[in-house]
Amino acid sequence: MNLVVYILRRLAISIPILFIGTFLVFCMVAAAGDPLGELRTQPGVSQESIRNLEAQLGLDMGIVPRYFDWLGGFLTGDWGISIAQGANMQPVFPKVMSAFEVTIQLVLAAEVIALLLGVAVGVLAAVKQYSPIDYIATTLAFLFFSMPIFCVAIILKMYGIDLNIMINNLGWDSWLGSPFLKTTSPESLSGGDGFFDSIIGYIGGLALPTLSIMFISFAAYSRFQRSSMLDTMNMDYVRTAQAKGLAQSRVIMRHAFRNALIPVTTLFSVNFVTVVTGAIITEKVFAWNGMGTVLVEAVNKNDPNTLMGWIVVIAIAVVVANLIADLVYGILDPRIRVG
Amino acid sequence: MADLNSMSAGTESGLSESGGEALPEARSQGKMVLRKFLRHKLAMTSLVVLVLLTLAALIIPIFYPHGYWDADNPSYVEPSADHLLGTTQVGKDMLAQVLRGTQYSLLIALTVAIIATLLGVVFGALAGYLRGITDSAISRLTDLFLIVPQIAAAAILVKVFAGSWYIVAIVLALFAWMPIARITRAEAMSLSQREFIEAARASGAGTGRIVFKHLIPNMVGTITVNATLAVAQAVLAEAALSFIGLGVQIPDTSLGLVISENYEQMQGRPWLFFGAFTVLVLISLSINFIGDGLRDAFDPRQRRVKA
Repeated sequence: MNLVVYILRRLAISIPILFIGTFLVFCMVAAAGDPLGELRTQPGVSQESIRNLEAQLGLDMGIVPRYFDWLGGFLTGDWGISIAQGANMQPVFPKVMSAFEVTIQLVLAAEVIALLLGVAVGVLAAVKQYSPIDYIATTLAFLFFSMPIFCVAIILKMYGIDLNIMINNLGWDSWLGSPFLKTTSPESLSGGDGFFDSIIGYIGGLALPTLSIMFISFAAYSRFQRSSMLDTMNMDYVRTAQAKGLAQSRVIMRHAFRNALIPVTTLFSVNFVTVVTGAIITEKVFAWNGMGTVLVEAVNKNDPNTLMGWIVVIAIAVVVANLIADLVYGILDPRIRVG
Repeated sequence: MADLNSMSAGTESGLSESGGEALPEARSQGKMVLRKFLRHKLAMTSLVVLVLLTLAALIIPIFYPHGYWDADNPSYVEPSADHLLGTTQVGKDMLAQVLRGTQYSLLIALTVAIIATLLGVVFGALAGYLRGITDSAISRLTDLFLIVPQIAAAAILVKVFAGSWYIVAIVLALFAWMPIARITRAEAMSLSQREFIEAARASGAGTGRIVFKHLIPNMVGTITVNATLAVAQAVLAEAALSFIGLGVQIPDTSLGLVISENYEQMQGRPWLFFGAFTVLVLISLSINFIGDGLRDAFDPRQRRVKA
């Protein structure tokens, strides 16, 4: 019960920030230019339909009433219309949501792998400090951390194409599908009818973009986990545990590891936006139709409703990610348990 | 390093005190840090690489026979003595493009880091020292900027102000100061409890004097390290924004834009990609290593100097 109250209170605190944030962004979007600029210069578009569109977008109102008009619609599920395709208008909500689904799929897959792998490598590097494993992990982490995500994606795409050719030459394409690793957006992720085929389809479709995003998060997590693990290993309670004769593996897992997870949890929430941004950029390389495509199109076409929907969806995702991190703190450290 | 020395020489307490250990010899903090940094092999190598890259990007274009604007070369020439990295589709020399992109990328990243550090340090120090309503206001402002996705806000603002390089830099800085503010705030909070701040207050120093003369100089380690890492992040952030076409616009350029324009040739003409890619990774890798070396150098607990 306490937990529910806590979650509601946390979300309530975010509301004023979201409110001011959306208003500022709304003004910024409004300043970005006339959404109907292109349409106005087009021949064959009647003055009447332009005026209709102006009314629909609220352009005939001042900025403040226009914002509240948008907000009212937004809260009731009517996110307005997108004018990115010219006069052929689409509602924003399904458009942004289907793009978000694509992006969040990539983000979650990448984050789960990056967390598991990063934490494991970080712990290993800390326990075996200054060993070859530590040096290799450190070098790789620095390298990935310093790589622009789109470069990782471009390189993976190139090797993916080479690998597909190799698979075809070996004749494995009969059961892996051709191409196995999708280097452009797959039409549907499940590759075939059977269970095995759809697993293959998922792996082949998600592998390259997920790996691109994963590498960079992995670098950050493993570095963080290593240093926080080193910190906790030097704590008095760990020395006490060792002194009373506990097995080293038990000391590491039960005493040091659990506490060393707390800083990584913080990093997860701070890192979340970076990962979403990374996914957006990766999508461009692999031609996925996710949030990246929607953003570029909306900015280029001055599409105010789509931009607003886009930003609010990401902002809410960030709030939720922070909330999850806070709840995980409580699980890891009973002293900061909420309530 | 010169002003870093003079800044910390005046305030001997510095970070060395926070380690709770007496100095082995009477050396100023600045000299200690410099000594430790100079012995940090990886950081020094990185510094040399970064300086060489910067000099190359500034000097080579003066002697190089092909200008970045010159599109009269044949399309897609393979690398040769004449065109070291080949030419692009429109017949521009790739090496000239990479060098010019390097100039812009470094310029933008430095500008971003300077503005973001200034904003972050001033906000963070004020929030941590004054507490109360100032702290709440600044903390809410930090939350606000953290919630708005940088990439979208930057893309829109760059469009509003028509993307010259300095617009991109200012806009990226507007969305990069928050981590620095948070770190500075935490440190300012713990420093304001210390006796020397109380002494300054007792001797009648105003907020401005305490924050700028006592607090900030004592946080010079944290600030330097985070400013350095901010440069590395700015290099990557700018490259990413320009890569999706929402950052720097022609006639300005950057390594991200150079890669964006040519990466689709990767399969058949890898040199059009790997030139800019290598420089970009070298820049951000060397800055990250320098930051790491600075962190070790400023950390009084760190006795062992890693290779």
